[in-house]
Amino acid sequence: MSSEPNADRESLQRNDTVVRTERLYGWAIAASALLTILVTVGIVLALLGEALTFWSAVSPLSFFTGTKWSPIIDGEYGLLPLVSGTLIVTVGSALIALPTGLAAALYLSEYASERTRSVLKPALEILAGVPTVIYGYMALVYITPLFQGILPVSIRLIPPGLEPLPAFTLVIPSLQTFNVLSASIVVGIMIIPMVSSISEDALRSVPDELRAAAYGLGSTKYDVSTKVVVPAATSGIVASFVLALSRAIGETMAVTMAMGMSPQLPYFPNVFRNLAESSQTMTGAMVQIASADSLGGVTYEAMFALGLTLFLITLSMNVAAELVRRRFREVYQ
Amino acid sequence: MSNQESTQTVHETAETSERPESIQTPRAPAIEAHDLSVTYGSETALESVDIQIPDRQITAIIGPSGCGKSTFLRCINRMNDRIDAAAVSGALSFKGRNIYDEHVDPVALRRRIGMVFQHPNPFPKSIYDNVAYGLRIQGITSEIDARVKLALERAALYEEVSDSLEKSALDLSGGQQQRLCIARAIAVDPDVLLMDEPASALDPIATAKIEDLIAELSEEYTVVIVTHNMQQAARISDRTAVFLTGGELVEYDDTETIFENPEHDRVEDYITGKFG
Repeated sequence: MSSEPNADRESLQRNDTVVRTERLYGWAIAASALLTILVTVGIVLALLGEALTFWSAVSPLSFFTGTKWSPIIDGEYGLLPLVSGTLIVTVGSALIALPTGLAAALYLSEYASERTRSVLKPALEILAGVPTVIYGYMALVYITPLFQGILPVSIRLIPPGLEPLPAFTLVIPSLQTFNVLSASIVVGIMIIPMVSSISEDALRSVPDELRAAAYGLGSTKYDVSTKVVVPAATSGIVASFVLALSRAIGETMAVTMAMGMSPQLPYFPNVFRNLAESSQTMTGAMVQIASADSLGGVTYEAMFALGLTLFLITLSMNVAAELVRRRFREVYQ
Repeated sequence: MSNQESTQTVHETAETSERPESIQTPRAPAIEAHDLSVTYGSETALESVDIQIPDRQITAIIGPSGCGKSTFLRCINRMNDRIDAAAVSGALSFKGRNIYDEHVDPVALRRRIGMVFQHPNPFPKSIYDNVAYGLRIQGITSEIDARVKLALERAALYEEVSDSLEKSALDLSGGQQQRLCIARAIAVDPDVLLMDEPASALDPIATAKIEDLIAELSEEYTVVIVTHNMQQAARISDRTAVFLTGGELVEYDDTETIFENPEHDRVEDYITGKFG
């Protein structure tokens, strides 16, 4: 071919059609990226607008420090009971999901054979695909009755025979039909796949050379897993924790179904009551307002103030996760 | 020429370095293989190897890529256990005990037989914690500071890092990282040090430091070093084993003999660079 100089020159000729289609593709892709940003900005602006209207009617101070949430009946807009409900469910689900999810990730990454892993990992990810309404249903129909069969339990802390001492008894009350415990358990189960999946990716990306080094020094598998692999994967593990917690905070359907709609400030000193009784989360309160078909008005606008607050909480958690990820990220050669 | 002198002159003398005469009075072997074979599935990596590795000397293992030299090294501390497909047959003993006996715990074995790898692989922890790691997993709690310092000194790294023990090991240069890995391996005071091409990822200056260090370490440890670099084997080792393709140990003798008057033509061809 090179014997024909004309053909060579032809082959170098720029094809304007190709250049134009390339440019078109570039624009189309950029537009898609832009759309997601515009939607996010739009949501924030919409939330902000209505929330500001709300805060002109109800002072932000009484919103953020109020201890009673009863928007429809009493017109009380105190956020604290909802924050309490949200926090208790989040902490409860974290107690279940973080250890279990990390342990599952360690098993998949360090202990399971390739074959076991190829079955288990997709199975865990299916758990993440179960619609949350089903989890709510499970809480109501199975988990709450299960605990109602066991509870109430009272435990004497001071054994009989030491009579001069008061017989301190610990009473774990029975569960109401709607209760925080079941909600925490199902939300915990729901976010396990998030923890295990992201953590497992982080654990597996730890270079095998580090495992070899640790084994070469006479480490057991448990030493290698806990003292070398987990610390080396800290950034990814923490990121998985924070993302899972964001999800728990934002979870709506299952918690509303499982724990009802009775906003509560935390009980002291019998903390078990907090789990045994009904409560309400910020998301639950928003659902309640949205389904009370009172479009317009202060109560309706309160929903946006709640939404904005919720958004700011999860946003700051995601930012925190990113900071942690950068702080602990190790650069391997 | 004593080991100590050879340490100081190792660069200038390079290939012409003569090995100590002490070889003529061999000690009891630290590691002994008899009819040792390793297969990965249907592939033979090591073919009926017989070798006696002397105590407190440097034994170099050389040979072309894929000749089974790393496989042999990884048999000695049972790192091959990590590869499911690897099957070992024959006998391999450490101080008279069969390493592959079912009652031998590979974890305990590896505490006696340390390993340094081809690429420096410090943990993403501080310099101090890297060296202390092996002590801690063995439950040693006394004098950690002193043991860490001693290990760093013996690895000729202490002076460079004494002010920055809490800094991340990943901030060190490649050569420093490799000396840190050596410090980490000797901190737990093993009997044997296995080195798998420990200088192949380093520049010439860092390589020279590692070679000096290995020569010094052989006073206290049995060193088995796999290397691609024949000059390196000639410079630092007392004994040299030549593996050729197919996982066969073709010749094993004093380093001087191997490099100056090998018995097998194939070994001579390999050493003079006719293949490999």
